[in-house]
Amino acid sequence: MSTAAVPRPPAPGAGRLLLNGIFAENPVFRLALSLCPAVAVTTTVMNGLILGVAVLVVQVLSSVSVALVRRSIHPRVRIPVYTIIIAVWVSCIDMVLAAFFPALYAQVGLYVKLIVAFAIIISRLELFASKQPLVPTFFDGLGMGLGFLFALVVIGAFRELLGGGAIAGHALLPHKPLLFFILPAGGFFSIALLMAFFNLVERRLSGGAARRPGGGGGAHG
Amino acid sequence: MARRMRARAAAGALAAAVAALWAGGAAAAAAPVIENARMLAPHHVLVQLGQPVADLSPGNFRVTEALAPDVAMEVTEVTVRPDGKLWLTLAQTVSPQNHYRLEIHRPRAVREVKPAAWALLLSVVLSASLINNFVFTRYLGLCVFFGVSKRQDTSIGMGITFTVVMVASAMLSWAIYTYVLSPLDLRFLQVLVFIGIVAFLVQLVDTVLKKLNRLLHQKFGIYLMLITTNCIILAVPLLNASANAGPWEALALAVGSGAGFAIALFLMSCAREKAELARVPKSFEGLPIAFALTGLFALAFMGFAGLNPFR
Repeated sequence: MSTAAVPRPPAPGAGRLLLNGIFAENPVFRLALSLCPAVAVTTTVMNGLILGVAVLVVQVLSSVSVALVRRSIHPRVRIPVYTIIIAVWVSCIDMVLAAFFPALYAQVGLYVKLIVAFAIIISRLELFASKQPLVPTFFDGLGMGLGFLFALVVIGAFRELLGGGAIAGHALLPHKPLLFFILPAGGFFSIALLMAFFNLVERRLSGGAARRPGGGGGAHG
Repeated sequence: MARRMRARAAAGALAAAVAALWAGGAAAAAAPVIENARMLAPHHVLVQLGQPVADLSPGNFRVTEALAPDVAMEVTEVTVRPDGKLWLTLAQTVSPQNHYRLEIHRPRAVREVKPAAWALLLSVVLSASLINNFVFTRYLGLCVFFGVSKRQDTSIGMGITFTVVMVASAMLSWAIYTYVLSPLDLRFLQVLVFIGIVAFLVQLVDTVLKKLNRLLHQKFGIYLMLITTNCIILAVPLLNASANAGPWEALALAVGSGAGFAIALFLMSCAREKAELARVPKSFEGLPIAFALTGLFALAFMGFAGLNPFR
């Protein structure tokens, strides 16, 4: 599918892998993967940040784990094995967050557990970590995680600014905020606007070249 | 109305007869003082007495919440309705969905007042499928939601497959959580175990379906693999576990969330087929417009917030 341009061996440099995750293949805005948390926890920047960090850590750790053991995984059982690896790391992160950030965890706890089912992580394992050596895999995981973190923070800032008149708790807008953007429906509209904006920017940058809009990657599950 | 009441009276007589037989015909088994009691929103209790109560002053009655039996709610008025039932008026508002305790001091009697089991289950199903629809108000399962809602027939196939697997995995997860993980204090393994159950069930259904009914497998097989990455299938067991749900509640939540997902998927596919033909600004083509559509549905579903099956 349109998760095109997956680099085969020789793997590209670390810098390109990082940028690829943040912009060209941003998991939320370009690939349209793992959207559930992108709407659910982004009512404030802090919530977006904590879930973004959790995903970043899980992505890097499970990518590295798969890259290390990839030769001993039988291809027919690879998906269940990946799932178990992710679930182990998610359980660890879940307990760490519950222990050190109880207040924030109370708000995003369910979504931290649900990282197991995020398509972005397993798709990176399948497309990249299972084929590449350790070092490029690490940077790919880091890039994807940072891209996800970036997307969550942007959406969180957008919604908190419009819906609460503040960013990270600091009041910025003097007027009465639009409560709508905090509501579920507002989350969907925010993402629609931001995604359209990213499409516009990309089209301008590439001189109107015909790339399929909206990432088109919805069928990844 | 009259016919219904007569039918109810007949049923009551039958029940009384059965109860008498049950008690071995012993007349000593006197009727309870409070035969039946029901909370009525916003602040009334309807009481059917089995024996006459002489003292009908508000002080003779005591109503508390079951969870806070020390804090009595003030009874302001007691009246006798024409049909012989008592009509208690309370100072504060009550909800028929909650659990209360009704006491009478003279003659001494206590009764728990709570909704019938089927009503509770119905409210769980309604809440999970419409009021708190998992897609539109809890934002779960969006990846599959946007991936599969492009066409109507695929959306129906996914809805059916998903609901079936959802119910099976929720019940299996509930059983393992209640009888294995909880007694052994292994609750921290819930994520690992639940995702394992989902993966196992998907594989099982896939294999069995392939052997038993090739046609059905061709039709629904592709959706099965997508289910593993649907957050809802994991969220329901997790919610059940954190709420310490009973078996029926777990089943109701699974059915409700499955149905809710299927409804959302079907509605969305209808709207998206139309959107394909509409002229959309270039930057909004594809997923952005789908998100905007979902936002509109979410707004519409907010209207269900006032839906209350107990009124």
